[in-house]
Amino acid sequence: MNRISTTNSARQKAFVAFLYALFISLAIISSALLVSVTGGDWRAVLPALINGSLLKPGRWGQTLTEAAPLLLVALGAIFTTRMNLVNIGQEGQLLIGAACAAMIATRGSGPFVMVFAILVGGFAGGFWAAIAGVLKYWRKVPVVVSTLLMVFISTQLTGFLLTKKSLLLDPSGDRPNKTQTSAQLTSSTRLPYIHIFGNQFSLAVPISLIAAFAVLFVLKKTILGFRLSVVGSNARVAQRFGLSERTAGILALLVGGAFAGFAGSLMFTAGAANFRYTSGFANNIGWEGLLVALVSRNQPLAAVIIALIFAGLRTGSSFLASTGVQREIVDVIRSLLVLALLMPPAYLFLRENLKKNSVEGDSK
Amino acid sequence: MASLAASGLTPILNVLSSATMYQSMIRFAVVLAFAAVGELVAERAGTLNISAEAMLIGGAFTGAVVADRTGHIAFGLICGMIAGLVVASVQANLSHRLTIDQFVVGLTLNIFVLGLALFLDARFRPVTDVASKWRVPGLAKIPIFGEAIFGQPWPMYLIVPVVVVSWFVLFRTRWGLEVRAVGENPQSADVTGIHVNLRRRQTVYFVGLTSGLGGAVLVLAQIPINGFEAGHVGLKGIIAISAVIFGGWTLRGTIFGCLIFGYFFALQQALPSIGYTINSQLSGALPYLAALAVTSIFAAHTRQPRALAQPFVRGLT
Repeated sequence: MNRISTTNSARQKAFVAFLYALFISLAIISSALLVSVTGGDWRAVLPALINGSLLKPGRWGQTLTEAAPLLLVALGAIFTTRMNLVNIGQEGQLLIGAACAAMIATRGSGPFVMVFAILVGGFAGGFWAAIAGVLKYWRKVPVVVSTLLMVFISTQLTGFLLTKKSLLLDPSGDRPNKTQTSAQLTSSTRLPYIHIFGNQFSLAVPISLIAAFAVLFVLKKTILGFRLSVVGSNARVAQRFGLSERTAGILALLVGGAFAGFAGSLMFTAGAANFRYTSGFANNIGWEGLLVALVSRNQPLAAVIIALIFAGLRTGSSFLASTGVQREIVDVIRSLLVLALLMPPAYLFLRENLKKNSVEGDSK
Repeated sequence: MASLAASGLTPILNVLSSATMYQSMIRFAVVLAFAAVGELVAERAGTLNISAEAMLIGGAFTGAVVADRTGHIAFGLICGMIAGLVVASVQANLSHRLTIDQFVVGLTLNIFVLGLALFLDARFRPVTDVASKWRVPGLAKIPIFGEAIFGQPWPMYLIVPVVVVSWFVLFRTRWGLEVRAVGENPQSADVTGIHVNLRRRQTVYFVGLTSGLGGAVLVLAQIPINGFEAGHVGLKGIIAISAVIFGGWTLRGTIFGCLIFGYFFALQQALPSIGYTINSQLSGALPYLAALAVTSIFAAHTRQPRALAQPFVRGLT
């Protein structure tokens, strides 16, 4: 886990902090350069992002609400990665989860229907991801490839569900602008909102926080978490101990996909698209949640912070229009930040390794 | 009974004998092949390079912008290759010098390059035209296939030297032998004095060159674009990876895989134009479903490079 096994001297820590600061400021400077080279005003970007994500009325509640599904997706990815499997199809798993939840929740009303729909959405996402696990252990298809291809299949599949009134399309016909959407959730089936200090955020926020601690606990303190990491790091050793790689792998994908599915169904019941399921529902939450997991280097608590930052970039980007800078700059900033945060640990690891090798060389 | 069989077979025969169908099949297959042939070289060295997608996007956008501004298609192709090489140098140095997980780097690059292309598109808005066609005299007149194989815009024929060069360097040079050794057993290769990570970086540069060229060919010889959109590349880099897996990490198989996936892309596009309608969601999912199905059928029968997707650090086993 901890690749940097060095002496914890203050100097070392300062050096690490310096590296992070260096790379993050490099990322920010190059984003600013990009904006000004393309004729935008880079000074306007940061205030717009901060206003949109924090300062303007109701915005930090919105940011928290956006952070919840990001965090859930990231937690699922962290869980799967523990098994050394690379699931990158969260966007599709989220769509499947949301669509299944919508199919159930729009047909009934009341909190029980809502809870049931959320659970079904979660399991649907899990089973969708488990297909990739079955394909891996039965047909040796790399999980990276199969999960990615399934994103596009799930987009089309949920698009198909939206064409049939018997499945997901709003049967009443009073759809806004004749777009293809599902029926709207009745107010008794919606996820409750919490109101604090003039802001509101959905119940999904505390749920996802609890989930972060739960994942931390399961991975660090339970037999299941230990099994996953043993099987993931060395399948042969695991086999000697009687741990099945196949079962653990499919389980890890199932749980990871279920987190994405839950993210989708919670987004739907919290009203991400005005309580309707629409074709662009996932809105990149799956991809960005995956990035959260990658950047947080598979630490659930770090994922909480990164999810908040990424959510801030999302909500802040809606305020960029007034500055005349395209929203896509946020994608650029985000991926540069990702690279910046990945760089220092890799550099330290390399340096350690070089040092170790040269010491071994000297002793010969 | 006979008429029933005939009416059922007619659509199939029409599709099979449609010249348009084969033309679009070759078009898709060629773009896939640019990425897949390079990807094959990288995978034989042990990199499952998912940033092939980013390289295609980079090549397509840069190629389109340069060709639009300078008016020279050849210049666009060269700059597309350079863009692919730039993406590749990030991937190569981060994953085979700094040992950051190659999927993490690749995924980030895919998002980054797409975001950058869409961001810059608002300013540059490249408009491209399809390059002039080269008809091989006589051969282009062959019914059904002739126009598809011998009557394409000239940049598409660049796939021939790319394939030949890839085959030669990978299977007929010392460099290629070392690349394959690095992909099978990096520890042993290291002991024999091969610089493992250098070879791996070089193969990533190679896939950058071919994929960048492929992206540029896509916008300069196939789709005339008016502003770059995400759908232009639309995951062809990932399908190319599927083609390599389908081909069992052989050059012959990879090219065959590109043709098969090209056929499904062509089906999706050509069916309405021949006059058949199928469910639009099904046809949209068809290439990806086909890639998944075909990979599932063939992946288990082939042997992948033993060190595929495993980073090499001296001293770790």
